[in-house]
Amino acid sequence: MANVFAFVETRGSEVRKVGLEAVTAARMLADKTGGGEVHALLLGPPGISAKAQQLGQHGADVVIVVENPALANYNPEAATATAAERIKSGGYRAAVFSTSAQGRDLAPRVAARLGVSVVTDVLSFDIQGQNIVVRHPMNIGKVIATISMSGTPAIIAMRPNVIAPAQNPKAGRIENAQPAADPASTRVKVLETKQGSRDKLDLAEAPVVVAGGRGLKAAENFKLVEDLASAFGNAAVGATRAVTDDGWRPHADQIGQTGRLVSPELYVAVGISGAVQHLAGMRTSKTIVAINKDKDAPIFKVADYGIVGDVFEVVPALTDAVREAKKHH
Amino acid sequence: MEISAVKLAVCVKRVPDMDVRFRIGADNVSVDEAGLKFDLNDFDAWAVEAALQLKDKNAGSEVTVISLGPDIVQETIRKGLSMGADRGVHLKADKVPFDGFAVASALAAELKSGGYDLILFGKMSPDSSNGVVGQMVAEMLQLPCVSAISSLEIASGKGTAKRELEGAQEIVEFPLPAVLTVDEGLNTARLPSLKGIMAAKKKPLESKPAQLPQPQLTVTRLELPPERQAGRIIGEGAAAVPELVKLLQTEAKVL
Repeated sequence: MANVFAFVETRGSEVRKVGLEAVTAARMLADKTGGGEVHALLLGPPGISAKAQQLGQHGADVVIVVENPALANYNPEAATATAAERIKSGGYRAAVFSTSAQGRDLAPRVAARLGVSVVTDVLSFDIQGQNIVVRHPMNIGKVIATISMSGTPAIIAMRPNVIAPAQNPKAGRIENAQPAADPASTRVKVLETKQGSRDKLDLAEAPVVVAGGRGLKAAENFKLVEDLASAFGNAAVGATRAVTDDGWRPHADQIGQTGRLVSPELYVAVGISGAVQHLAGMRTSKTIVAINKDKDAPIFKVADYGIVGDVFEVVPALTDAVREAKKHH
Repeated sequence: MEISAVKLAVCVKRVPDMDVRFRIGADNVSVDEAGLKFDLNDFDAWAVEAALQLKDKNAGSEVTVISLGPDIVQETIRKGLSMGADRGVHLKADKVPFDGFAVASALAAELKSGGYDLILFGKMSPDSSNGVVGQMVAEMLQLPCVSAISSLEIASGKGTAKRELEGAQEIVEFPLPAVLTVDEGLNTARLPSLKGIMAAKKKPLESKPAQLPQPQLTVTRLELPPERQAGRIIGEGAAAVPELVKLLQTEAKVL
């Protein structure tokens, strides 16, 4: 029996979906080791403690709440120091993070402070003897590695969307704590934050991703992709490397080998030919739809459903049909 | 802008070209390297380019390229030298362990006494796809760290960089010395010129054993993911939309 730590990502005063996934994963690990406790660390602005109950619902026995106005946005130095100190003093068997932009930054920093290794982008985990064993994609997802972790604590960062947040009510007892480093006096200082809209879904977390490629012909035609995404209501917009290289969309929107990795329930590829570099970022999507005028485009080899046709004709029709279908739900 | 010489280190990795179908080796824990083409990791090439651009702007600056691995990684270091870096350090090891903590420990041991103002990494390598070494080195050396940057300016002993987070873009300021990891979009890496390739042969490249700790991560098995079932083309043009919507509702159950 061993306790497991979970780092809960927040955004403003909200808990992100990956935060609930981390708690769910930590609960699964604790149960696999014979029913230890899950201790979730929740950093955020004053008032974030209101979210502790939600974490209890997902399996946290204890919620360590650290409130500070300077924690409204991700604060790498304060988060690293606070997580490392709690993990060290808590004597955990494992600590679960998320492979989001924050988590990619944070998990290795915390691990290094603790003198242990970390595996990111974890697809699944198990316990074998004394070791935690994880599966991790290598070579841009073309090879899957099984990795045995002998260090204690084992630090893992889950790939978003591989574990659905599950209800498993525990006490969620609040323990208030202070940040281990002053979040207002960090060495790296944020001069400016260009906030995307708060209600905009993140690519890695969105249940539906609608992505556009060169087939859209011009930056302004991305409106078609945005309209389709808004018809779904739970979709984020992505793009291919060709499109971000041309400046039609920001680099942050790029899905692929050098960009974001996504595994949504539904991926809709609009005017995307399906270059290897792009497929590397989306091939683990559960259902893939492709719309492309070239019937021989490689995207059709990975798509569950394909429509051969002009995106300027098909996409508006699909947008209307999706909007109609959502109405009747 | 104030001109001042800076000492720059770039840690690089030799990686296989990803545009192939990989085969698993007979040991089941390594990729069969037969027929694979290797080169400097793209992200690392952008890190080298960033260092060279700083060197171009600040006379008297020096760029050191460091790589850990078997002797063959000297080729990768030479590529950095042929792009314009000044010297190379090869940390010799039989193979590059998957364990990023082990790699970071060996790199930190080398970087610790180097007096570098800036230590640059690519944000990840596609082969291990773990993306942890730069941030780990920063913590081991207790240096400020900014990961996945897509812009960079250095002036008056301070740097500013842009990085992407979910739903936000941040412009951050950091003191030197610091550790940075480089994302796509920062720059376009220069190609080595013939003159650069010739000059690189004469540049100093020191080789010494890597101080690797015992790894805590062991790859026990590699496998190829199941092939995605090729799907079906359900029709042409807007006429196929009703059928698609029906399949998304009844078969895929995502709508």
